[in-house]
Amino acid sequence: MKFNKGMHRKVFGILLLTVISLPVMAQKKVFTKSGIISFYSKTAIERIEAKNKKVLAVIDAENNKIEFSVLIKGFEFEKALMQEHFNENYLESDKYPKAFFKGSFDATSLPITLANNTTQKLQVNGNLTLHGVTNAIKAAATIVVKNNLITAVSAFTIVLSDYKIKVPALVANNISKEILVNINIPSLQEMK
Amino acid sequence: MKKLILFFITILFFSQIKAQDSTSLLNGFEDKTVVEKVTGTFKSTRVINAHSTEMLHKGELDFRIMHRFGVFKNGFKDLFGLDYASMRMSFDYGINDKLMIGLGRSTFLKDLDIFVKTRILQQTKGAKQIPLSLLVAAGYIVTTQESFAPVKPTFGDRSSFYVQLIAGRKFNSNFSVQLSPLLVHNNSTLNPTDDNTIFGLGGGLRYKVSKRIALMLDYHHAFGQLDNAITDPLSLGVDIETGGHVFQLHFSNVTGMNEKGYLTQTTGKFFKGDIRFGFNLSRIFNIGKKRKKW
Repeated sequence: MKFNKGMHRKVFGILLLTVISLPVMAQKKVFTKSGIISFYSKTAIERIEAKNKKVLAVIDAENNKIEFSVLIKGFEFEKALMQEHFNENYLESDKYPKAFFKGSFDATSLPITLANNTTQKLQVNGNLTLHGVTNAIKAAATIVVKNNLITAVSAFTIVLSDYKIKVPALVANNISKEILVNINIPSLQEMK
Repeated sequence: MKKLILFFITILFFSQIKAQDSTSLLNGFEDKTVVEKVTGTFKSTRVINAHSTEMLHKGELDFRIMHRFGVFKNGFKDLFGLDYASMRMSFDYGINDKLMIGLGRSTFLKDLDIFVKTRILQQTKGAKQIPLSLLVAAGYIVTTQESFAPVKPTFGDRSSFYVQLIAGRKFNSNFSVQLSPLLVHNNSTLNPTDDNTIFGLGGGLRYKVSKRIALMLDYHHAFGQLDNAITDPLSLGVDIETGGHVFQLHFSNVTGMNEKGYLTQTTGKFFKGDIRFGFNLSRIFNIGKKRKKW
């Protein structure tokens, strides 16, 4: 088989186009490796909270997509024993080491922008996978761009039984059936 | 031909990039330098009698009751041994995540014991892998029961010392093993020909049958000259975990629950029916300063 010169030109053209278009695309994708996810369980008996400061998050503004990934073992509790129980008995982090979210911004709030000095209230729809179970999640989110610093916050509630996280009867009064999840992304950088 | 190969390499190169992009935005971002501690090798700081690879965390106070009833085989006459009881009560405290101390009192010979336990190696996985956990425990035991011997034993005569190395590995989320060589020195012995220093090799197993229930085995073999009546301590049981409590229920031939007691003073013959029902109860309180403010 032999190529004619036209084919060569085409291949070269595609290559060139890809190289040129890369930086343009890059401006619309932002990420962080130090996002913060915290959660709270409040009952009359006990207040439980944990925080993970190593959340990986990527926002693709061009395609209106958003994704998160977090290591379950990275959640830190005030009491070490709680952390141990969280990993061993509730989330089974050996079996399910990560939680992830894959979603998109709601059509009504499109198109999203990462332009400087803007504040946007958005609706996010997607799937949260936790403890090996995937469920649809809908949450309000705010993206603020100020002084070229992109920050994002969101909060939603999850129900433990939706994710097959069982609470034994003996401690049923200590752990809330619904858990408030806060997402706080302090700074998103442009993808290189 | 060269060009053709080049063409295919280019195609391959591009299709790979495409494949990565299409599955997830997160591809290529996963941190590959994460070192993960392997936790929960055992559920409690004791396998059954012996120290396990677990430590208390900083500021945790563990109030622990170890209880061994009488032998099972006497049947209803002794309510299957429940009429008699031997107990060790202890307070253990975590100075930091790698150092803990403990104070215990046993009804058996009215023994008083203190110990210190420290972690040398922590099993990890991920970017840096350490295949096992290594700990060392050392303690002092004094028998305070009144002696009716014609020559009263001195304080020194009543003393015993021990040092134990604990090497353990969690093979998977359900199965953990530990080997624990133990050296016990008794200042006085029952018979003049008995060895003062006894070497014991301990083995501990945990097999998790559900999220909160595990099957346990704790065995020691003693090397050295002891009285003929002395046997190896063997205990089999289950660990049940309910929130802040760990219940350990077991069958064993052991009455003494400190290192000197179980290694050098166990007289029950497990396979001849000298089996006792027993339990350990542990309740952990957080009394130290809060771990860290985040």
